[in-house]
Amino acid sequence: MPLIAAFVATIAGWVNKKYCFAVAALGLTGALTSSVGLLSYVLTHGPVQYRLGGWAPPFGIAYQIDPLNALILVVIAAVALLNLLGTQRSVALEFSEKIGAFYTLYLLFVVGMLGIVSTGDAFNLFVLLEIASITGYALIGMGRDRAPLATLNYIFMGTIGASFYLLGVGYLYLITGSLNMADIAAILPQIYASKVVLFAFIFCMAGLFMKMAFFPVHGWLPNAYAYAPSAAAGLIAPLTTKVMVYAMVRIALFVFKPEFTFEQMGIGEPLVWAAVAAIVMGSLLALAQRQLKKMLAYVIVAEVGYMVGGFWLGNRAGISGAVLHIVNDAAMTLVVFMAAGNLFYRLKGDSFGALKGVFREMPVSMAAFVVGALSIIGVPPTCGFFSKWYLISGAIEAGHYGFVAALLFSSLVNAVLFFRIIEIGYFEPFTHANHHGHHQPPVRRFREVPMSMLVPLLVAAGSLILLGVFSGDLVTKVIHLALPGQIT
Amino acid sequence: MDGLFDFIVSKYNYWGYVVLMMIGMYAMIVKKNLVKKIIGMNIFQTAIILFYVSIGAKRDATLPIIAHGHGDAHHAVHAVDYMNPLPHVLMLTAIVVAVATLGVALALTIKIYKQYNTLEEDEINARLRGR
Amino acid sequence: MRIFGLLTVLLCGGLLIYHTADFPAWGDPASPASTHLSPYYIEHSIDDTMVPNLVTAVLADYRSYDTMFETVVVFAAGIACFFLLRAAKSKTPESMLYRHIPTGITLRIEKGSKTPPDSADFERIDSVWVPYDLIIKITCRLLVPFIQLFALYVVAHGHHSPGGGFQGGVIFGAALILFALTHNLSNSLKRINEKTSALFAASGVLVYAGTGILCLLLGANFLDYSALAPLLGGDPKMAHSHGILIVEIGVAIAVMAVMVWIYYNLASRGRHDEGL
Repeated sequence: MPLIAAFVATIAGWVNKKYCFAVAALGLTGALTSSVGLLSYVLTHGPVQYRLGGWAPPFGIAYQIDPLNALILVVIAAVALLNLLGTQRSVALEFSEKIGAFYTLYLLFVVGMLGIVSTGDAFNLFVLLEIASITGYALIGMGRDRAPLATLNYIFMGTIGASFYLLGVGYLYLITGSLNMADIAAILPQIYASKVVLFAFIFCMAGLFMKMAFFPVHGWLPNAYAYAPSAAAGLIAPLTTKVMVYAMVRIALFVFKPEFTFEQMGIGEPLVWAAVAAIVMGSLLALAQRQLKKMLAYVIVAEVGYMVGGFWLGNRAGISGAVLHIVNDAAMTLVVFMAAGNLFYRLKGDSFGALKGVFREMPVSMAAFVVGALSIIGVPPTCGFFSKWYLISGAIEAGHYGFVAALLFSSLVNAVLFFRIIEIGYFEPFTHANHHGHHQPPVRRFREVPMSMLVPLLVAAGSLILLGVFSGDLVTKVIHLALPGQIT
Repeated sequence: MDGLFDFIVSKYNYWGYVVLMMIGMYAMIVKKNLVKKIIGMNIFQTAIILFYVSIGAKRDATLPIIAHGHGDAHHAVHAVDYMNPLPHVLMLTAIVVAVATLGVALALTIKIYKQYNTLEEDEINARLRGR
Repeated sequence: MRIFGLLTVLLCGGLLIYHTADFPAWGDPASPASTHLSPYYIEHSIDDTMVPNLVTAVLADYRSYDTMFETVVVFAAGIACFFLLRAAKSKTPESMLYRHIPTGITLRIEKGSKTPPDSADFERIDSVWVPYDLIIKITCRLLVPFIQLFALYVVAHGHHSPGGGFQGGVIFGAALILFALTHNLSNSLKRINEKTSALFAASGVLVYAGTGILCLLLGANFLDYSALAPLLGGDPKMAHSHGILIVEIGVAIAVMAVMVWIYYNLASRGRHDEGL
């Protein structure tokens, strides 16, 4: 309990106006340590509950921490902290005059995300979702070029998504009279037959799918992420979709029971096929892009397909794979977006043409990028391989070979994608745009980014390998503990 | 006939919210002007507010403010006499969220207008393709 | 596109209407929503918190954590508008308009020329809003203080009648915006400038979160107002009532300031020189 108290105090402490980087970093470090502490506490002592306002759960709002969300909390805090440290300079470059506002929004975004993960109240989740979205809109909207337009589309989609979720919660409230997740879960089994429950489920899921950019409704994501400022992209891209997937897991498993979600609904199969479509389309569209960040954004669309598909397979391996992939994908996306941010910091552009010869100029950033890329492709020592392994074994267990094929296909396409970039960056010689003549000695047009941007990136890249090495432990000790026992 | 009438009377508020919601959705899908889309978004959110508030309604009940609150502590309070306060609370929150979203959306619209000098979506798209 | 939109809408609407059949009837006192949680609120809140207005009690006490984040949403929106729109510095416009108040004559002064002395007789006006309407100005001048007073009443009396922090804050903000509309932006900026409004917005959130932390420091859970009893005097139940009042005031301050702040940014497209 005291740990959670410290944690909540940290959240509340950020809410005020922070005008400097140091305070932001301090706050996030505090959050990281307390969430790590929380994770170890939860693992040894079992789930904890914190009653806000001192009211008992169905009447007041409670935070409910179990191994699953403690794990995600650690991920969020770590991603936010690393990205904060790594992008200090590019923030200073891009928003020289509004640093205060930027960090305030940044922290509020993280508060929203942490809150979504830890809350045990369905309506509270909506409010926190909106905090995260509104700050996210603002952060993305400050980007260059087409960013405002892309953000407005994001607002439309995001608002419809959130409204659908709210409507779903409203239906649940209408039929159960409760807003607390555990309480709803206790009441629901008696009334599963009702059409209202069915629609509540559909609305919640539809809303969350929109927010996580699942395939048919992914339209807002690529432009929004591609044009976002790099510091914001490095924060929002790893977190938003992943946290939404987490919310889906939470609603589907802990509010509705697994029997209902997987057996009674009968939508698992079509959703896995939709995930297959997401993976295939995401990969193909990524292949068609000529801009690094946009390509990465389409890769995210495919990754969302992995997680949703793995979850809806409905067996233990698949769900473990999906949850493990939430963690891994957050780390991988962080690495590639931070590396892309570093490139952008020096190159002022991210079309493939501008990447020629970057390996010689920025070897360290590119090395980290390659580690991230290998992980997304799914090469063994990195963590991407292991979550993919779980997903594939889950799919085989469920007899869903379409999903297996989609996963393999996407790995293949990712390999093509990233090797293309590596080829451009490594083998094609760097040339000036207007060919000054080849007898001149090659000029170093730009240098590697400063240490303060490199170290967090390297830490993040190292974490990919660490996560890979320890993923077995992670699954058996944390994730299996977190899933309800009925899932076989 | 009587049964049908009862059915309509007991459900028409929900139909009202559905209609309102669909008007908002239609505006968001079909309209080309960004401000009209934002208005559609607002109608959409308002529909949900209407839905919640109608959950809170209770026949023969009064406002959720307890009469002679402080006077007599032993005055028994019956739940049947008062409307359900919870949906109202939730909607207060949702209204505020809607206002906040609206503010951010309008700020972005101004930014877009500065950039393209128009708010018609097709004109913006034409300009983007033209470049 | 139009047909497609219509079809989607009709389809969705049809589905939505179809499943309302399973809804409890409107206003049915036996529906689950009014039998599960709400009776507890209705029957206990007066004993728990001494607040007759149930909506206020639930809003700021049972579900006060929601409300805190709601205030944070408002604050975030204010910051977001500032972040998106605020231009770094305003350029000096090509020409400025001044009005000589006693005669009502409007002067156009080109860039670089001598500006009129900074006296009570001259007033800088917006270049797009030239008409001068005495009636509107004076009427609103009379109205604004009363609206503000009413806003304070709504905040303070939220325990007993419909009202509370949000409503009061919005009314107060509306009064200030009315002033800005009828006079002009630079005039209202002179009274409440941007820094003040930002400061108010932050401090409103801080009052709320601070109350929560204070409860935490006093050994209770976050936002458990009964811990405040020793500070405020009275028993824990009255402390709930006072705690609600404190956070409502925080909410009102934040909402008021953010309304004004967003208005400034939207009306002048972030330049804060003139607008509407």
